[in-house]
Amino acid sequence: MARIRLDGIAHSYAGKPESDRDYALKPLHHVWEQGQAYALLGPSGCGKTTLLNIISGLVIPSEGHLYFDDVDVTQLPTEKRNIAQVFQFPVIYDTMTVAQNLAFPLKNRRMDKALIDKRVSEIAQMLDLNRDLNRRARGLTADAKQKISLGRGLVRADVSAVLFDEPLTVIDPALKWELRSKLKSVHRALNLLMIYVTHDQIEALTFADKVVVMNDGRAVQIGTPAELFERPDHTFVGYFIGSPGMNLLPASVAGTRARVEGGEIQLGAAYPALPSGKRVQIGVRPDYAVLTTGAGLPVKVKRIADLGRKRLAYVSLGGQPLVTSVPPDMGSIGEDAKVAFDAKHTLVYADDIRVEGTAS
Amino acid sequence: MTTKPVNNYAWFFVLPVLAFVMFSSIIPAMTVVNYSVQDTLGANSFFWNGDTAFRALLNPTTEIGARFNDALFRTLAFSLTCLLIEVPLGILVALCLPRKGWAVGISLVLIALPMLIPWNVIGTIWQIFTRADIGLFGAALTGLGLPYNVTQNTISAWSTIVVIDVWHWTPLVVLLSYAGLRAIPDAYYQAARIDGASRWATFANIELPKLQKVLVIAVLLRFMQTFMIYTEPFVVTGGGPGSATTFLSIDLVKIALGQVDLGNGAAMSLVYYLITLTVCWVFYTIMTQLERRRDA
Amino acid sequence: MTLVLDHVGLTEAGVPVISDVTLSLDPGTLNVLLGPTLAGKTTLMRLMAGLERPTTGRILASGRDVTKLSVRRRSVAMVYQQFVNYPSLTVFENIASPLRVAGVGQSEIDSRVAEAARLLRLDNLLQRLPAQLSGGQQQRTAIARALVKRAELVLLDEPLANLDYKLREELREELPRIFAQSGAILVYATTEPTEALLLGGTVMTLREGRITQVGPTALVYRQPANIDAARVFSDPPLNELAIKKSGPLIALASGRTLPAIGALANLADGDYLMGCRADAVAVNNSDPARLTFPGKVAVTEISGSESFVRVDVGTGVWVCLSEGVHTWEPGENVVVGLDVNRAFLFDAAGSLAVPPKMAQSA
Repeated sequence: MARIRLDGIAHSYAGKPESDRDYALKPLHHVWEQGQAYALLGPSGCGKTTLLNIISGLVIPSEGHLYFDDVDVTQLPTEKRNIAQVFQFPVIYDTMTVAQNLAFPLKNRRMDKALIDKRVSEIAQMLDLNRDLNRRARGLTADAKQKISLGRGLVRADVSAVLFDEPLTVIDPALKWELRSKLKSVHRALNLLMIYVTHDQIEALTFADKVVVMNDGRAVQIGTPAELFERPDHTFVGYFIGSPGMNLLPASVAGTRARVEGGEIQLGAAYPALPSGKRVQIGVRPDYAVLTTGAGLPVKVKRIADLGRKRLAYVSLGGQPLVTSVPPDMGSIGEDAKVAFDAKHTLVYADDIRVEGTAS
Repeated sequence: MTTKPVNNYAWFFVLPVLAFVMFSSIIPAMTVVNYSVQDTLGANSFFWNGDTAFRALLNPTTEIGARFNDALFRTLAFSLTCLLIEVPLGILVALCLPRKGWAVGISLVLIALPMLIPWNVIGTIWQIFTRADIGLFGAALTGLGLPYNVTQNTISAWSTIVVIDVWHWTPLVVLLSYAGLRAIPDAYYQAARIDGASRWATFANIELPKLQKVLVIAVLLRFMQTFMIYTEPFVVTGGGPGSATTFLSIDLVKIALGQVDLGNGAAMSLVYYLITLTVCWVFYTIMTQLERRRDA
Repeated sequence: MTLVLDHVGLTEAGVPVISDVTLSLDPGTLNVLLGPTLAGKTTLMRLMAGLERPTTGRILASGRDVTKLSVRRRSVAMVYQQFVNYPSLTVFENIASPLRVAGVGQSEIDSRVAEAARLLRLDNLLQRLPAQLSGGQQQRTAIARALVKRAELVLLDEPLANLDYKLREELREELPRIFAQSGAILVYATTEPTEALLLGGTVMTLREGRITQVGPTALVYRQPANIDAARVFSDPPLNELAIKKSGPLIALASGRTLPAIGALANLADGDYLMGCRADAVAVNNSDPARLTFPGKVAVTEISGSESFVRVDVGTGVWVCLSEGVHTWEPGENVVVGLDVNRAFLFDAAGSLAVPPKMAQSA
């Protein structure tokens, strides 16, 4: 078991970094608690794979320190860190059977054969591989191979953390959920620290207890899936999580009301006067901006997207584009409509950072 | 796959090549087959010989049969020796070559240099190189007190030809292996490090299996070339001392051109060709069958 | 140009890859080809383009038989899943390449390339090489190249599949708009029902080389004509249950009987396959208008606005939808409530016997 602490970890591939832009990973302080499942979520190029490689030891960070249970491992090579890593495509030893693959790390440590066999069958049982133990590894399907890769990591009882680098990329889409379910049950059974890198929000939100949203080398917000969805601290998180992402409207905020082009919106909290010069926006998810026949701001409907189980209306509020939900019982919609905002879920952002209001 | 438009224009493109191949290969080959069943001294004097030449050749009790037998064994021994040295050496060198950075280009060029030299020039270089008086190699060895004499000592002659071939052609194995190694994704090495595998275990479990296809090609190519070796022994040792380095091709030329025994010469070359073909086919079939059975 | 496929079929090595496809595509329309992987979408598009010749049937362009016409003589543009660009040409040259092949004059090339680049927001990248571009930019270059050709038939083979999902969202919205002005026939292949719904237009569901249904996308979604079309058009997968109706009861394969409530009440007796999508089943919903099934949770997949719970109900694994972020732990015992009024009832032959009562209007 390990608790991993990042102390000012930063990485620049180009030697001496001159400015912020040279950093692939900007200075980061974070503690990964043992037994938790984390996801690193972000678009390509955001630095998530770099961070994963720093933790596993495949990349030595240009700045900062890394501690496993308060031991400084920053310069320690991968093999000594006692972690397991599952890559994007299955990495198995072609010439060996499944059982030999799983036993390999233990054989390299010269463990007793009886102990090795016992451990291999435990892990094979957990991953549903026991039927295939004596088959050649290379003849199996991609998801079985990924389970073998995972098993090789788990077979060492003292492994401190398991790192996943977009492991479901090559898996048949129909089978992805089975593997996700298996990963979750392994996590519950072994109570290991697991860190999962992905650019797919569904994978991140499904797998993790806490998600680290990254963009441009920076950790933008760390929180539970519910927190990230309901209370994004940064406009990027609002945009990235949820499909479609959060609507952002330029506004001026005073007390409990916000003025946007096209009208005034009631907010769920009272906000202090915001310093001038900051770009103020209100953010509201399409789920909470709903077309209504009752009271609401007038909008012009540009397009209706029928998603089968729900409908989205792409509208224009005073010239600003807005994505809204259509209530299921609303009939056909003409060019003019009204939108109601859920005050509790209408958030205020100044220069992309969320402003906390006082409950009114 | 794209279905091509169906017409017969393509045949016109093939005609020139067909004509060329006819003249350079097929007609001469048919001539050889013709000669092999005749007793001839060339110049339109042909006497039908039937399969006499072949029978004599394959019968070790006849003079020509015995000679063929000896040359065949000599050549096979030579091929085997070269393969046993070149393949492991080539893989070893490939493992040591840099994979990234500016050194890659330079090392690859340096390694490939021996292959770029024309073959008879190689023979001449080494002929001088091995002379005990002015050749660096020869002088160095005799200076160390070794009984080195390429024209009179059998062991010297044999080892020299082997060394020449290894020097000349190991780079081919190196380049093929290097390409094979470069194709292995980094993730395998990373996984091996995480699994705590030793350098040897990484080699045996990751690199060697992935090099298998490349090695099949390398072994086939090297076998064919060593089996047919001609210029180096011809220039450096002349087939001597005695018949110590008289390999199949040298023997063939002696009979066919030296003794103008075209009938026997032609028969020999046909048998020679069939042996090469058979060995390669057998080897290739075994390797692909092993592949298939392993995948099952 | 109107494209008509008349009983088109393709057999490869004795195996029928495409069987008896008859379609009529009008100019200026967006046609979505929806089907699982290996259903034959790419093959069908290649047949439309002329890259493959059909074994049976004819292809007509505006009434003219073009079955034997080579692709070079047809007015076709194709965009692939892998970003296919000429690696040694700049973005400008890449986009201009079809025009250069056609021998168009330089000034016209300049203006058409500029217009395509503007529509796809590549204006300031025109001098870069493809290797210097991100995945999304490379794909936009490929799309611009297809656009500039002003072909009458534009085929897009899962063009967004290799992009990050956010990029996919953005491009998916732009694509129909960009091509709408050209008046071409747009054919878009995808495996995702959500993408088909977002694109709109007409959908053609494809399964194992056969077209199972053609119609306006939202309509086919709500009223699939048969079980195949329903399965293809459901993501998450359709929850299925085999039932036998006799009188006031329905019996399951396990022997358990349930009251035939709601839409089932007026059903004729017989064997049916009941299929419902994830939004028709809910976890721990004991509304009396629903049929209940006990089960065990396998995993909860969260997408932010929605959560999908996979529950093992004995006869199979069902997917249930909840709004918002909810988590049920794997192994938890739950009860799944099925809204019968939102279920599709397919008869023994697989065609739709009774559409769901609550079909929403567009």
